[in-house]
Amino acid sequence: MIKCEILLTVNEESHSIIARQADTLLFVLRNQLGLTGAKPGCLNGDCGACTVLVDKTPIKSCMMLAIEAAEKPITTIEGLCDTPIQRAFIEQFAFQCGYCTPGFLINAYALTKQHPDADDETIQEWLESNICRCTSYQEIEQAVKSVLAKKHEND
Amino acid sequence: MVPFDFTYHRPSSIEEAVRLFERLHKQGKTPLYYGGGTEIITLSRLNLAFADAVIDIKHIPECCVLRIEQNELTLGAALSLTSIEEANPFPLLTKTASEVADRTARNQITLGGNVCGQIFYRETVLPLLLADCHVVIAGKDGLKQRSIHEVFQQRMRLEHGEFLVQVKIDLSYVSLPHAHTKRRKQGKVGYPLVTVAAIKKDERLHVAFSGVCPFPFRSKTVEEQLNARHLPIETRISRALQYLPKPILNDTEGSVEYRLFVLMNALSDILIPLEEG
Amino acid sequence: MIGKSVIRKEAWDKVTGRAKYTHDYFEVGMLHAKLVTSPYAHARIREIHTEKAGSVPGVRAIVTGEGLPLTGEDLRDRPPIAFDKVRYHGEVVAVVVADTLVQAEKAANLIHVAYEPLPSVGSPREALQEGAPLIHENLANYQKGKYSYPEPGTNIAHRTKIRKGNMEKGWAESDVVIEASFAFAPSDHAALEIRCATAEIRQDGTIVIIASSQAPFMIKRLIGEYFGEDVGKVIVHTPLVGGAYGGKAPVQLELLAYLASKAVGGRKVSVWNTREQDMITSPVHIGMEATVKIGCTADGYIKAAEILFLFDGGAYSDKAIDVTRAAAVDCTGPYHIENVWCDSLCVYTNHPYASPFRSFGHCEQAFAIERTIDLLAEKLNIDKLELRMKNAIRPGHTTPTQVVLNRSNVGNLPACIARLRELIQWDEWQRIEINSRTVRAKGVSCGWKTSTIDTDASSGAILTFNPDGSVNLISGVVEIGTGTKTVLAQILSEKLKMDIDDIHVKMDIDTQTTPEHWKTVSSRGTFMAGRAVLSAADDAIRQLKAIAACVLRASAEDLEVGYGKVFLRDDPSIYVPIKDIVYGYKYPNGNAIGGQLIGRGHYILRHLTPLDKETGAGKPGPEWTVCAHAVEIEFDKRDYTYQIIKAASVIDIGKVLNRRAALGQVMGAMSMGLSFASRETFLFDRYERILNAQLRTYRPIRFGEHPEYMVEFIETPQIDAPYGARGVGEHGLIGMPAALANALSVAAEVPLNELPLFPELIWRTKEGKQYGSI
Repeated sequence: MIKCEILLTVNEESHSIIARQADTLLFVLRNQLGLTGAKPGCLNGDCGACTVLVDKTPIKSCMMLAIEAAEKPITTIEGLCDTPIQRAFIEQFAFQCGYCTPGFLINAYALTKQHPDADDETIQEWLESNICRCTSYQEIEQAVKSVLAKKHEND
Repeated sequence: MVPFDFTYHRPSSIEEAVRLFERLHKQGKTPLYYGGGTEIITLSRLNLAFADAVIDIKHIPECCVLRIEQNELTLGAALSLTSIEEANPFPLLTKTASEVADRTARNQITLGGNVCGQIFYRETVLPLLLADCHVVIAGKDGLKQRSIHEVFQQRMRLEHGEFLVQVKIDLSYVSLPHAHTKRRKQGKVGYPLVTVAAIKKDERLHVAFSGVCPFPFRSKTVEEQLNARHLPIETRISRALQYLPKPILNDTEGSVEYRLFVLMNALSDILIPLEEG
Repeated sequence: MIGKSVIRKEAWDKVTGRAKYTHDYFEVGMLHAKLVTSPYAHARIREIHTEKAGSVPGVRAIVTGEGLPLTGEDLRDRPPIAFDKVRYHGEVVAVVVADTLVQAEKAANLIHVAYEPLPSVGSPREALQEGAPLIHENLANYQKGKYSYPEPGTNIAHRTKIRKGNMEKGWAESDVVIEASFAFAPSDHAALEIRCATAEIRQDGTIVIIASSQAPFMIKRLIGEYFGEDVGKVIVHTPLVGGAYGGKAPVQLELLAYLASKAVGGRKVSVWNTREQDMITSPVHIGMEATVKIGCTADGYIKAAEILFLFDGGAYSDKAIDVTRAAAVDCTGPYHIENVWCDSLCVYTNHPYASPFRSFGHCEQAFAIERTIDLLAEKLNIDKLELRMKNAIRPGHTTPTQVVLNRSNVGNLPACIARLRELIQWDEWQRIEINSRTVRAKGVSCGWKTSTIDTDASSGAILTFNPDGSVNLISGVVEIGTGTKTVLAQILSEKLKMDIDDIHVKMDIDTQTTPEHWKTVSSRGTFMAGRAVLSAADDAIRQLKAIAACVLRASAEDLEVGYGKVFLRDDPSIYVPIKDIVYGYKYPNGNAIGGQLIGRGHYILRHLTPLDKETGAGKPGPEWTVCAHAVEIEFDKRDYTYQIIKAASVIDIGKVLNRRAALGQVMGAMSMGLSFASRETFLFDRYERILNAQLRTYRPIRFGEHPEYMVEFIETPQIDAPYGARGVGEHGLIGMPAALANALSVAAEVPLNELPLFPELIWRTKEGKQYGSI
């Protein structure tokens, strides 16, 4: 087995871990760092439940090797603390079983940060990367739009 | 989950990457160049791809270039599709790229990975074929620049140990009138039933296809039919359909007949405005 | 508290990544299993070579199917691991256990199985043809439940018969008769959390399972029954479940985890599907073929219905028998029909085996019935909602199984239809041409559903108290996303007049300490567990009053409980705080009375009976929830593509307990129904192998493809339900496939009687059959 030391910076904490070079970031986050917020949903890049930020960019962590993410800032759902988007998801009932939620939230968080003026088209372009099986998506749409609207109020 | 082990290599120059490949190969290994990695990880899960060493080209400066210089647009093979979309140096490529997979996936999928991929849609090659671009390929004898038409026949015909470094597009192409459409079985994310991209250059239509056959293509004969301007467009389209390469896909996305029906409409939708525009 | 949109108790855990699901419990030293599955849909297993795999470093055991007992809830027809032959693509043939998942996968790839392919059966109608290959040659000898009726020598696992009224009379009274056939293939639940289970067998024989399941108590029972284990020694833990929709009601991986653990001396083993396996190896959403014939008078009163449901139960019957029975129970849809003949068959095919899917046979049968009603309306030239209104089921009518309905147990369908008519502006237009290519159309449907669950199904609840007077609510309902546990807390909060924040809910299930709730299925959580919670609250209140009566020197009858106190009804200034009595009351001199206070409650369904074998007569469930739906679409006549613009549901919910949660349940169910109807199906090759077992090729609806949802509630209380609330978790789904198909049939001007409604299907139906099938 080909293992090596990998330095990961997750949620502003540095970690040195020993992993297979073929291990995905998702696997390492969950099994080595105990950060089980990012979820395995397909391990095939299709569902978005494992989305994390690498260098502020949403990435499907099942499709990236841990070693690729070495030395780059990684943000997982555990790194979001009382953000407007988390509150909006709660207020708008934008999740039920909660399994897709970490991935959706991370993606929506990045969207609201990077595109505070996002129009419907941009919102769709970003959020169609994640599958939710419980809600109707209308709740998620309301949550994201409420955060975008608040940003404008604050401007 | 990759069900086998490999070593991961991160060369910082083209030469180093090529040397690494040769060395690993000599050691009896099966190295693969690694861009976004999405396809390698996807296919290895299903035992459809194997490597015991991967060479990540994302840290090679030439592979990350996005530059406009001397009437030429240079795009590094390791650029992610979303970074190309955001910079938008070639609007048709932006359109085509933005329909591949989903946005989060496109943050990882690279231009080179999509063009050189095993999964046969390779849609971002369509604008490159239309723009008669050149590709820069690295191999053990150094760099070479070739016309895309020379190297891309159904798929990238790279020699053992070669990898795509850049594509170079004549700037006169990037602002040409263009059109693109992707038709799916249903919904807005997923593989194409058919994807058609076209540009108009000197009153001639260039048209390229993905999803029609198990490879993307641009066909001279198809273009000749479509450019036979003395005939009504419907006639030209139905004639063009006679000259499609074979086989036409008949798969879970759609039957042959339905694909051709969709293709016919797709062609008329994008060609009529383009021709009139 | 009742009706308020209380946020779910586990909300913050779920938005911070702290919420834990089965696969999040990773343990060092835990072994990992990989399933080896069949590439064939029907084949004899000649040999299994495991030597190479066994020599892979880290491999601890390889389990194959020899000598295992047959399993199945109603009919024991399924070996947990295939033995002798495989009956569907994806069936488990071996389980490899290794130190790591990578090692297990490496080894699994080295297992060589020699198969001898057999002719496969690809649909119920094919399975019923003379000379069709028999999927279960040994059907006659399987152990079966009292109410399962397999037909040996055929591929019929079960037949439910409904015989009501007099068909001859019904046809004689009918001026118009319409008949149509319908079909769709199996599809998937595609819960985002892939099914998984771990098992460990301790030295003393205690079996500890952790499972992503809707039925932890059933796992316990079945492991006891199948393998002769002491049921008291089986402990099942179920943490939060990441979506289920019926797909996690069957017991499958848990059995494999148990067998795998047994093979490695009881060490803890994790069995985790890949997404691909989760889609085809684990149970799927049932497919169906149906023929419906309805007769009615010239003025639109339905007099007779002859219905044949041929369900594609797949290779094994398991829960499919129950699903097909449920479809029969409500076979007519929510309409008053005096003369009914229905055969609902659970048919074996070489497809993955079926499990419940949200709505439990109802969105399936409603597709056939509601399409036929539309066809009938067209033939009669009667308004489609008017026809439904005329025949709407009402108090005083009887169901197909001859249950007499009243206002409490059926609610108010006419009110639902009337409200829907306004909501979607039905009378303004039903089809309009926007331009030469684009047309908008509306489609409607109605639905109803009772919950056909075991006649002795029960639910229990326990309340314990904390020193500050707050309550711990312990119920056996699994939190699968429906928010039921929060609703239970609301019910308790209302009953105890206590702040919702003072009610702490135990989220996970531990079958050793959690009172049993039969299964978290069938929209039964709020009703049954709600009743149990109310009963537990009564028990606690009685005890609180008894102690307070001593303390306050008053009769218990004069006391009230609320606001954290027990107080005198006519003088609330005389009271004792609950916190002072829930662990016994201590007098100033140190003497104590009472003791730790534990509220206990339970509920068992009443007066339910099995269906009569020959007529179907019987009482299958306590109440019906009725609903009316509409879908508005925009259709491109040239391309055959369409957008779903609006979707509406009006449901008689009895009483809204948590408005946003209820809306969420309904909208989520509608979304699932539209996704199923518009794009979800397994695609098979001619050998019945599945071609699209990935979310990349099996594509549920995504963000931005959703229509505008409109949901309204009618409130006709179900008298014996908590605060009058009816089950509502599934009803949003029931009419969606039919309403979509009805809208598209109107738009495309061609009857669309198959699902899913891919543009290619519409194109093929409209342009004629000359193009063959997908």
